[in-house]
Amino acid sequence: MTLLAADNVSISFGGVHAVRDVSFEVAAGQVYSIIGPNGAGKTTLFNLVSRLYDVDAGSITFNGEAITRVPPHQVAERGIARTFQNTELFEHETVLKNLLIGHHVHRQTALWEELLFLPKVREQDLVFRQQVEDVIDLLDLQSYRDQIIGNLPFGARKMVEIARALCLGPQLILLDEPSSGLNPEETEDLSFWIEDINEELGITVVMVEHDMNLVNQVSDRVLVLADGVVIAVGTPSEIQGHPDVLRAYLGD
Amino acid sequence: MRFVLKTRYAQDVDFFKHNGQRFWYALLGLFVFVAPFLLDDFYTGELSLVFIYAIAGIGLMLLVGYTGLVSLGHAAFLAIGAYAHAYFMTEGAPFIVSLIGATAVCVVIGAIVGIPSLRMTGIYLAVATLAFAQIVEKVLAHWESVTGGHRGMAVPEPEIFSWSLGTPRAFYFLVLLVLIGALFVALNLLRSPTGRAMIAIRDSEISAQAMGIHLARVKTTSFAVSAGFTGLAGGLLAHKIGYLAPDAFTILISIQLLLMVVVGGLGSMHGVIYGAVFIGLLPQGIAFLRESLPAGIGQIPGLEPGIFGLILVLFLVYEPLGIFGRWIKIRLFFSEFPLYRKSTYKRQKSYLRTERVH
Repeated sequence: MTLLAADNVSISFGGVHAVRDVSFEVAAGQVYSIIGPNGAGKTTLFNLVSRLYDVDAGSITFNGEAITRVPPHQVAERGIARTFQNTELFEHETVLKNLLIGHHVHRQTALWEELLFLPKVREQDLVFRQQVEDVIDLLDLQSYRDQIIGNLPFGARKMVEIARALCLGPQLILLDEPSSGLNPEETEDLSFWIEDINEELGITVVMVEHDMNLVNQVSDRVLVLADGVVIAVGTPSEIQGHPDVLRAYLGD
Repeated sequence: MRFVLKTRYAQDVDFFKHNGQRFWYALLGLFVFVAPFLLDDFYTGELSLVFIYAIAGIGLMLLVGYTGLVSLGHAAFLAIGAYAHAYFMTEGAPFIVSLIGATAVCVVIGAIVGIPSLRMTGIYLAVATLAFAQIVEKVLAHWESVTGGHRGMAVPEPEIFSWSLGTPRAFYFLVLLVLIGALFVALNLLRSPTGRAMIAIRDSEISAQAMGIHLARVKTTSFAVSAGFTGLAGGLLAHKIGYLAPDAFTILISIQLLLMVVVGGLGSMHGVIYGAVFIGLLPQGIAFLRESLPAGIGQIPGLEPGIFGLILVLFLVYEPLGIFGRWIKIRLFFSEFPLYRKSTYKRQKSYLRTERVH
């Protein structure tokens, strides 16, 4: 079943055609990687899916419904979580609070109930807290729980960001270069976690990634972009030998 | 060093984290309770004023310290609260109804003023709110049928069920009660999803959006709640001043409120209280300074705003976390002595954040 699909999506900034007529289909349960040289339009594609930009043409559907024109916050409500390339965490707060914010879409309390902190609000918070602990256990973040984000090393921040995305309880998670800034050992761990997220939690993963080892290890499908255009789609092994891909990376 | 053993998740939700805190807050509670019996009427009145400032500061702190939206126009909400309360009471509304009504008026106006904040941030928002405050000041001066214009407006005595709260001591307890209530509500908000959403917007709008936070709704809510608290403080302030005139709510008051939250420590409710005490003591300090300085310098007319500005700048440069931040450092120094590292709170250059969408 197709979970996320883009149909001839285009966007340009002034004269730069960042993404041109890109189409792809991600099936539920897949790990789908998007690779390509710098400036190929990979992150732009993510930003189009999470509605930070408006598409100039084309459409994006999620679960069979068009999300091309929904307001940005509704993308998360529909079950798409994401991370950012250089991390976008809530820097002055603890890991715990960051993860609790991840539960925002599941809140069931009205403002006035929160102002009085009725028992309902307390119970909701305890449930959120329980779920946060599950994610903390999954990603081994116990030792960071009460630390302020600003004091964490970069590798830990990347993991906290993934954890925060998981707290949203998504169907689909978009990872923007999850391994950038990680050392080889952390990247190794990451590949296991991506598999866990995919297989144990049943979350579909779409990731932009440069580390080809990681891509080959975890991906079911790979999409190659260059200059905003799709040049190849296939399994990791098909992509590796593809002549157009070699040309895009290495030149003629 | 204290280590709090957590065995229940509820411990992170509760206000007091350990018995040490309970002890000190109980002591503080006892102190503020007996204070009016030990102090004379003048100091009881000054302390009431500090509490009123604190209530207004809670509102501004939610907006500036927690949502990251700057307002240079909060004197306007103080003014609207004060005038609305005085007007309702003059029209015969009972004290409590009138105070709630004044707060509600401010909440509505705050939500409307909040709308531009969806498009503006930082300095632009500060200028817009400043303009709003100027408009309010002019309206108050010219809407004579309601506000009495420049002639001003007398504020009726506060009274609950024909029990007068006009004496300094009774008024002190009234204000204290309202302050505790306001703190309770504000802290509740901050441990709930909406409060956390405000914090998320302060730290990263783009990722708040990606977490499903409706920026427009949360920002408007923040403005409305903030204006509500400040308006409530305005209603109480009306009784303290006794006679309202438009020139009681100038830009200087807005700056003073901002000074309070910055000096106290942005992003903490403790900061509001420290800031309010500081602002409350400042006029006395400046008066004292005037006397002890040589006549030529001591009598300069603009000394007060000048000193306000200087303190604000010094804090922003040397102690951006305010008095509360300084207190945290001092506490850490003693709890880790002799292992305290000076660099613990050194401001480090943060990692690059995503700059592609801004």
